[in-house]
Order: sequence, then structure tokens, then C-alpha cells
Amino acid sequence: MTMALGMEAPAFDLPGVDGENHSLGSYGDAEVLVLVQSCNHCPWVQAWEGRLSAIARDYSERGVRVVAVSSNDVESHPEDSFDEMQARSVAQGFAFDYLYDEPQSLAHALGSERTPEVFVFDRDRRLAYHGAIDDNRDETAVGQHYLRDVLDAVLAGQEPAVRETPAVGCSVKWK
Amino acid sequence: MKIEFLFWRGCPSHPEARELLDEVLAARGIQASIEEVEVTTQEEAERLRFPGSPTIRVDGRDVDPAGAVARPALTCRIYHLPDGRVWPVPTREQLEEALK
Repeated sequence: MTMALGMEAPAFDLPGVDGENHSLGSYGDAEVLVLVQSCNHCPWVQAWEGRLSAIARDYSERGVRVVAVSSNDVESHPEDSFDEMQARSVAQGFAFDYLYDEPQSLAHALGSERTPEVFVFDRDRRLAYHGAIDDNRDETAVGQHYLRDVLDAVLAGQEPAVRETPAVGCSVKWK
Repeated sequence: MKIEFLFWRGCPSHPEARELLDEVLAARGIQASIEEVEVTTQEEAERLRFPGSPTIRVDGRDVDPAGAVARPALTCRIYHLPDGRVWPVPTREQLEEALK
């Protein structure tokens, strides 16, 4: 079951494609923490990952940390293996951390269902927004920039006007 | 003309692809029956040479032959727009070409 708005971010400690482990605490200095359930293989993820990098770059100086997490079963989807994650991160020049949730514990804690699926946690690490990055897979046809609007609101100490949207994408590949 | 529409419900791409297929068929005035095949297991994916959802074949030929050789799997299939962007459904042009 997807975590409810206002709930605290779940603890995690997972390996990143940079070779380091990353925990909830290691992002303690971030004003806003954006966790994105993601993966390599899904065309819906691939359609959005450039925009996610742009958001990570545009908001990094304002204290926003964007962290993508792949929890997919690599037996059924070997394109999502850790080695493939490292390769894709380099090839696509990801501007965000990319963690491998092999035990699927973070995905279970978040209650993730889709890739990509966004969870925005405020300074107190309470869930401020859950859903899609924006309203259109086609970046030339986006009307509502949900994630950017949420980040602007949360950074300004305001409640986002839109706090939940349906995440559209591939299913999380459970073991 | 025989059209096969293979899909896996775990991927959200097939309704859009089916709608596009229907549009292209209507625009070209083609009346053809479409055989919908739901793929539900990896074994079926391998038996049907299903490289991902959705997969559309016209008289046995995949509308995107280059993508048809991917490993059979219960997954979302990747297509590409002419500008190289990744897309989860075939393009209108691919369908029109396949239906010529």
C-alpha cells in the first residue's frame, strides 16, 4: 500500500552506482529529498529520465537532492542489474544518485507500484507529494510540471497545490 | 490481412497502441480483424516470440522489425521516434508503413 501523505520517509541504506552506500541520513542536509522509483528498462522511465536530470540540476543549489531507486527483480529483467544501472547512469549522464534496492525493501516501504513514481519529502522528511513528474510522457506537450511546482512550493515553506497525481509507467517487477 | 496485437497487462502501453492502430486502420479504410493475444507468462512470451508489450504483427511481420529480435519477456517494449526519443508504442508512421 502506497505510503500516505505526511508520513515519515522510510530508512534505507543502499548501494549507489557511484560505488558508495547511501542512507536516509546521508541526505540529512537536503532541504528536500526526492525519491523516484525507477529502473533501466522501462520506456516510460526513459522518456522522463532526461527531465529528471534537468530537475536535479536546476534545484541542486536550492538544497534539493534527487535519488532514483531501482528495485526490480533482475532475474526477470536483467537490463535492470546493478552493472546495467551503472552503465546507463554513465551513458545518460544522470545528474541524480541511482541506488539499487536489491531486497526491494525501500520499494515495499514506499508502497511503490510504478516506474517512474515520485515521492517528495520535505525538510522534516514528511511526504509532501506522491505521483508523476509531470503530466505528459512527451516533453514537448507538458502542461503541468507537478514536481517542479511541488519543489517550488515546499522550498517556499508552502503546501503544494497538488499533492497527489497518478504515476504512469511500468509496474515494479517484484520477486 | 491478418493483424495480431500481443500485449501484457503489466505494462500500461497497450491501450494507447490499440487506439492508434484503430485510428490508422480507419484512416486508411482498412477493415481487418485484429487478433488480440494477452501474454501472461514468460513461457508464453518465449513461445510467441514476444519482445514486449505491445507487439503488433501484420501478416506475421512485426511493425518494428528491428525491435522484434529483443529477448522474449514480460516487459514494456521500447520503440523510437524519428528523432531518436524512446517511445512506448509504435509510431503512426510505422503502422502506416506496415499496413501498406
